[in-house]
Amino acid sequence: MQPNQDKVQRGAPPATVPFYNDPKKRAILFQIVTLLMVGLLAFYLISNTLTNLDKQSIATGLGFLQKESAFEIGESPIPYSAADTYGRALVVGFLNTLIVSSVGIIITIILGTLLGIARLSTNWLVSKLAGVYIEVLQDIPVLLQLFFWYAFFYNILPSPRSALNPIVGVFLSNRGLVFAVPEAHPVYKYMAIAVVVAGVVIYFLRRWAKQRQARTGKIFPVLRVSLALVIGFPLLTWAIGGAPTAMNVPVLKGFNFIGGTNISPEFTALLLGLILYTAAFVAEVVRAGIQSVSKGQTEAAMSLGLKSAQVLNQVILPQALRVIIPPLTSQMLNLTKNSSLAVAIGYPDFVSVAGTTINQTGQAIEGVALMMVVYLTLSLLTSAFMNWYNKKTALVER
Amino acid sequence: MPDNNTTENSLPTGDAIIEIIGMHKWYGEFHVLQDINLTVKKKERIVICGPSGSGKSTLIRCINRLEEHQRGKIIVDGIELTNDVKNVEKIRAEVGMVFQHFNLFPHLTIVENLTLGPIWVRKTPKKEAEETAMYYLEKVHIAEQAQKFPGQLSGGQQQRVAIARSLCMKPNVMLFDEPTSALDPEMIKEVLDVMIDLAQEGMTMLVVTHEMGFAKSVAHRVLFMDYGQIVEQNTPSEFFDNPQHDRTKLFLSQIL
Amino acid sequence: MEKVDIKQIETEVKPPVASKGVVGWARANLFNTWFNSILTLVTLFVLWKTVPPFFRWAIVDSLWFSTGEACRGTEGACWSVIPANIRFILFGFFPYQLQWRPLLAMVILVVLLFYSRDRRHWNNSLVYAWVAGLFAMGLLMKGGILGLVEVESTQWGGLPLTLMLSVFGLAAAYPLGVVLALGRQSKMPAVKALCVVYIEMIRGVPLITLLFMSSIVFPLFLPEGVTVNVILRAQVAIIMFTAAYIAEVVRGGLQGMSTGQYEAAESLGLNYYQTMRLVILPQALKIVIPPTVSQLISALKDTSLVVIIALYDLLKTTQSVLSDPSWMAFSSEAYIFVALIYFFCCYFMSSYSRRLEKELDTGL
Repeated sequence: MQPNQDKVQRGAPPATVPFYNDPKKRAILFQIVTLLMVGLLAFYLISNTLTNLDKQSIATGLGFLQKESAFEIGESPIPYSAADTYGRALVVGFLNTLIVSSVGIIITIILGTLLGIARLSTNWLVSKLAGVYIEVLQDIPVLLQLFFWYAFFYNILPSPRSALNPIVGVFLSNRGLVFAVPEAHPVYKYMAIAVVVAGVVIYFLRRWAKQRQARTGKIFPVLRVSLALVIGFPLLTWAIGGAPTAMNVPVLKGFNFIGGTNISPEFTALLLGLILYTAAFVAEVVRAGIQSVSKGQTEAAMSLGLKSAQVLNQVILPQALRVIIPPLTSQMLNLTKNSSLAVAIGYPDFVSVAGTTINQTGQAIEGVALMMVVYLTLSLLTSAFMNWYNKKTALVER
Repeated sequence: MPDNNTTENSLPTGDAIIEIIGMHKWYGEFHVLQDINLTVKKKERIVICGPSGSGKSTLIRCINRLEEHQRGKIIVDGIELTNDVKNVEKIRAEVGMVFQHFNLFPHLTIVENLTLGPIWVRKTPKKEAEETAMYYLEKVHIAEQAQKFPGQLSGGQQQRVAIARSLCMKPNVMLFDEPTSALDPEMIKEVLDVMIDLAQEGMTMLVVTHEMGFAKSVAHRVLFMDYGQIVEQNTPSEFFDNPQHDRTKLFLSQIL
Repeated sequence: MEKVDIKQIETEVKPPVASKGVVGWARANLFNTWFNSILTLVTLFVLWKTVPPFFRWAIVDSLWFSTGEACRGTEGACWSVIPANIRFILFGFFPYQLQWRPLLAMVILVVLLFYSRDRRHWNNSLVYAWVAGLFAMGLLMKGGILGLVEVESTQWGGLPLTLMLSVFGLAAAYPLGVVLALGRQSKMPAVKALCVVYIEMIRGVPLITLLFMSSIVFPLFLPEGVTVNVILRAQVAIIMFTAAYIAEVVRGGLQGMSTGQYEAAESLGLNYYQTMRLVILPQALKIVIPPTVSQLISALKDTSLVVIIALYDLLKTTQSVLSDPSWMAFSSEAYIFVALIYFFCCYFMSSYSRRLEKELDTGL
């Protein structure tokens, strides 16, 4: 049988494929069409917006940031008054968001880790209670929890005149939490420096201890010594500086307290609500992480004769942290995003301040865009960190 | 497989290194180990076989306290196994264990897997630990993989590393819990060869396995367990050619 | 040559007494180490201090059907705030006589959910049942045809509004999320870029910013004279938000598919759409049902945020009740009641999701 030669000639150039059948060309066409459609939609929306803004005489652009804000902000870490610009007001809001988020993150990690470990405890009572906490707190909307705590502070707590006094120097009332702080004294600055110095010493101590162990095999009690340093250095500084004990104690004057440090009910309610809610999720993340390390790892380490603490530090934790850190970072980001609910209970975070700004200037688009940019930046920074961490600690496999 | 029957099959005389006297274990109401009495002499090699659920793995896991017994005594190298943590740690340093699923530490390199025990338990300086590690890696013919991670090795290679890891602690007894059951057939031989080398050097070994060829050529004694009891124990030739109990006969007929 | 006879264990040897029964359980679970024993005692003490007073407040001293005046006189919980205002809390401003309609809509939803729980009912007709059910629910709320009086969407509120925003939100977000996930996996750079930008942008911002966008910025996008009611705008924001999260969930499922499946479909000659529709998506979507249910739970909780843009969902109706001076002091009781509603809904869904995850784990 003769091979069919007239269809395909050897040596002839490859037949041209009509472009609508070529997958590469089809893909390009598809993308062009998609981009065109998106572009048209964007154009339509933008032109509508410009017309509407014009009709309502709303300004555009970020010039409003230089204008005087004319509204007060309830709490601010930096000096601020109604005569300052919108720009400054937004900075105050941003700082407030950072403060509540950072404090929240630190306490949540501690509480969530304890809860996660409690959930795994061999003590049935503790384990079950932790389980109930986690289940209940996860299933109630965070906003509802915030409202509850806010109402708790305002409705249940008494007025400053009959404030609760659980410990000496600490007062709880519907105007917030007031507690005694040490009276300002130069020695406290030096104590802060002492902590930093202790940190540096501990760093070098760890390095030296590791090298010593590699050389001679002897193990140095780094943890105990570090704790002693971190507590001892500041204490020593305090003693040398004259051991000041004067306290700035809050005193009831008229309708409220003078002195001490005051934490507003809004801040406390927001912090409490965020911490209790997010800790429930962190607990599950920690629990899953610890359980992800197979029992065989513990058994192999124990069979070698390692003590419990060594098993934990050398075998379990390195593997568990790999599994814990990424979702933990997500939860921390969630806490930061949830802090935007402060607007519902009157704590002046960024969204809250931006909302007021929108109300007064009418520049909704710039305002909402600013809100989104701020949170997007925080999210992208967190994602970048997570990606870097994942790459760095990925288990090497075939 | 080198034939050891002529040289090493006479029961070693000498001190007992493991004594189990009247040992019972329960999981709740389930009586998993019933009245176990066993004496293992130095340099003795024992293979334990039996159907699944017979308690053979539980038995050897009791020896290094991965499981606790409720009644009876277990004495390893003169130290009695009790709740005393110090005793348990001492015993674990003398007893090496090889697991069915290897249980190498995936976040450490091969060398680090081997030096972990010596550094933290025997407080060996790092250099010395690494030299010991390379020595044993060469013994199990895997020295070139020293800087790799467990995830990069095949099952057979990982199990050989696991054996080397236990050897680095210089144990007096090696326990093997079904060391080849999780391996593909073509990798079983490389692991059994390492175990045979170990046997030829005079290591005391307790091996739970289904590899009867290994039992025939290397073991001094074969134990058959069923329903938590030691049903029969004998030299390999007697055990395989002349099983005494019906249950033993039934088991052998199913696996041989 | 040693031979050991099997000792017939004549008298069955029993495990030590202290490890059996209630005593044994307590020893093993509550008091097995020094640390645990102390922990148990401390926990029991704390419970003893807090539970009886709470019990007294919530049950013993409480009033259930009184007026606000009577409540102020007692120390116990004033649960009466609920029965006295229940119709408003649950249904908002929906006309009083017509409240059977949102009630019926919720019943249809619950029936559909219970029916869908059983995996044996999962087939195409279930999808049709859901579409019909959602349509019926929308009809019951809106009215206007079939002899039902029309009820403006501005009067929708309470629990039906919360449920609708979540269910319709997820139902519409699901196909959008699947498309986004497929787009993100696409080899066409423009499509992939668009999808990635959308997903990352939406996931990076809090829902509240999207809700603000929907209530104050969306109206600016529309040509003159065209208005869209607030609920629809909020619904769109919730759909856009949920779609981005669903997209990530589905992406997880798609990445879990082995390349062998794609190759098998290709060698059969199926094109892209056929491959996705007939081979990949049925498997990938099944794998990610548990996280999808988890997303539904989140959607339910997130609808509570519409309170901030003044929509009368379940949370806002409750708050309005509390702004009435006679009930103002009893916010704890009211919030606990609403929390219980949310908790029951979410708990059933999450325990179902866990059960499903176990089933699917062994099944696949």
